[in-house]
Amino acid sequence: MGSRVSETAQQDTGLGTPPEGGKAGGAGTLLKQAGGFVLKQRELTVFVVAAVLFIYFLFSSGQVNTAFIGQTNLVNLMSDLAAPIIIIALGEVMLLICGEMDLSVGFIYTFAPFIMYFAVQNYHLPPLLGIILGLLMGLVVGWVNAFLTVTLNLPSFITTLGTGFILWGIVDTTSHAEPAQIPASTMGVGKFFTTEQLVNSTNWTTIIWAVVLTIIMHLVLTRTRWGLHTVAVGGNLIGAREAGIKVNRIKYGNFMLTGVFGALVGIQVAFQTGSIDPTSGQYTPMFYSMAAAVIGGTAMRGGVGTIIGAFFGSFVIALMEDGFNILGVSANPLPIIYGSVVIVAMIANVQLTRLRERGRT
Amino acid sequence: MSEETPDTAPAKTAGSGQDILRVENVSKRYGAVTALTDINLRLGKGEVLGLIGDNGAGKSTLLKIICGFQPPTTGQLYLDGQPVNLKSVDHARSLGIDAVYQDLALVNQLPVYVNMFLNREPTTGGLLNVRNMKKLAKERLDEMGVRLPSVNSLVAELSGGQRQAIAVARSVFAQPQPKILLLDEPLAAMGVKEGTIILDLVQKLKEQGDVSIIIIAHNYGQVLDVCDRVNMIQGGQITFDKRSADTSATELTDLVVAEYRRALEERQQEAS
Repeated sequence: MGSRVSETAQQDTGLGTPPEGGKAGGAGTLLKQAGGFVLKQRELTVFVVAAVLFIYFLFSSGQVNTAFIGQTNLVNLMSDLAAPIIIIALGEVMLLICGEMDLSVGFIYTFAPFIMYFAVQNYHLPPLLGIILGLLMGLVVGWVNAFLTVTLNLPSFITTLGTGFILWGIVDTTSHAEPAQIPASTMGVGKFFTTEQLVNSTNWTTIIWAVVLTIIMHLVLTRTRWGLHTVAVGGNLIGAREAGIKVNRIKYGNFMLTGVFGALVGIQVAFQTGSIDPTSGQYTPMFYSMAAAVIGGTAMRGGVGTIIGAFFGSFVIALMEDGFNILGVSANPLPIIYGSVVIVAMIANVQLTRLRERGRT
Repeated sequence: MSEETPDTAPAKTAGSGQDILRVENVSKRYGAVTALTDINLRLGKGEVLGLIGDNGAGKSTLLKIICGFQPPTTGQLYLDGQPVNLKSVDHARSLGIDAVYQDLALVNQLPVYVNMFLNREPTTGGLLNVRNMKKLAKERLDEMGVRLPSVNSLVAELSGGQRQAIAVARSVFAQPQPKILLLDEPLAAMGVKEGTIILDLVQKLKEQGDVSIIIIAHNYGQVLDVCDRVNMIQGGQITFDKRSADTSATELTDLVVAEYRRALEERQQEAS
């Protein structure tokens, strides 16, 4: 098993970002030798940033901060703050790698629990079917985004901006801009998505979802033809087409995947907060996820990106939001930090790439 | 001046079961632009055909039709005497036609071993068989004599010649081995020394005799030696068809020069 794991690790080094091989820092080599879950150089950097933030908040008061490390806060940090960013980022990373983006995903998030509500409350459909219809809506919106972008050949910035606005209007019209109660009958099924309302503050469900989906998507990106072809489409669209890759299918698939992830998060958050809120979601989770992707090393130009990086990037954002709150620091200036971190991460991406290229010529 | 006019081309090939590929009366239009007017071309089994012509003469358009990337507007392709309508690059590949494009179709962000298998990746239970990919990629590049730091290197880190070699190796060593190989400007990015890697490989394949090859070349001097026959394409038509032994770089140069003179005269007439 040990050798098997290290083999996987070596393969991972080859995708998306340059292989570190002998050039990598000692930490990477050590981890590799340990045969553990090995990270690429870029992912390791983001992991270290997240770890430093965690340690900082833990000891910032001079001693172990029991409020920060307490279960209530850890659940808040992981399940409430990090998990939604992570799951949406998984889709965005795939889209960014194949050269597209989805600005509408936050509105899919807003709309999905309403679909569930209407199905169960107004049409008396079984709860599970209501949830499936919510997820299906995400799939359909993803398809529409792909149709406009791929088939009608419009920039995804524009198409998803448009579909996002349209969903916003649909949500406000159908809900009369009023929050709705979670139908009681759905609570049983809801447990599968999140359990906070039922077993308060021991809710690890959404973070478990996020971790499992991260592992699956990491494997999809690095170990399947779908993942390779996603990189190929973003890295060299014409070349991918010449190699016979069905580039449209790759883009359609990743748009639809992002839509489903958005809907899943919307339903999870509805159960988590115990209400269906027309102002929940919208642009914020999309922006956070994009930021997490960029902090994690995903480039906007396509062909480059990592799932694991986005996972830790999401934690960087969640930790800042949670940690400063615990320290009693006002949350008002936080976006300044997010913005700066995103820009610094992008500068690091670009400059490191330039250094590497200079080194080889 | 052409030994074989387009009209006589099908007649010549009729009855000879030798031709692995025939292109008959193929034209290609993009809206108002006509890239190919009436192409007739044949490729014998085990033959190496040089396809030369000016930039914009339609060489790459013809290649993209033969490899299934785009359909012809009119005309018909015959494989082993049977008419075929190629639906896609994958379809053409399944029939044994493989192309190395001028732009190489490599992905800079992916390592060499992945590019060697692009869209033909071996999988086990849905997951890539990476160990196998690396092993085969290394063996094949070693066999060709291509020197690389590692098959894990990103294509972005390689020289133009190395990239070209990888693109050629990908098609030549594809499994099952292609019956028809199309090489679009295979020496374009290469120095003299690197170019010999490709020419050696073509020579080797020719000796084995399993593959028929069309080499598109702007600089015909480089490829004349390995070609059995040369076709020249001018203004969307094949205007010249001779065995390499019956022609020379000098004759081809004269043809090209004559074309330039004609174009120059036309231009001067228009001006006056």
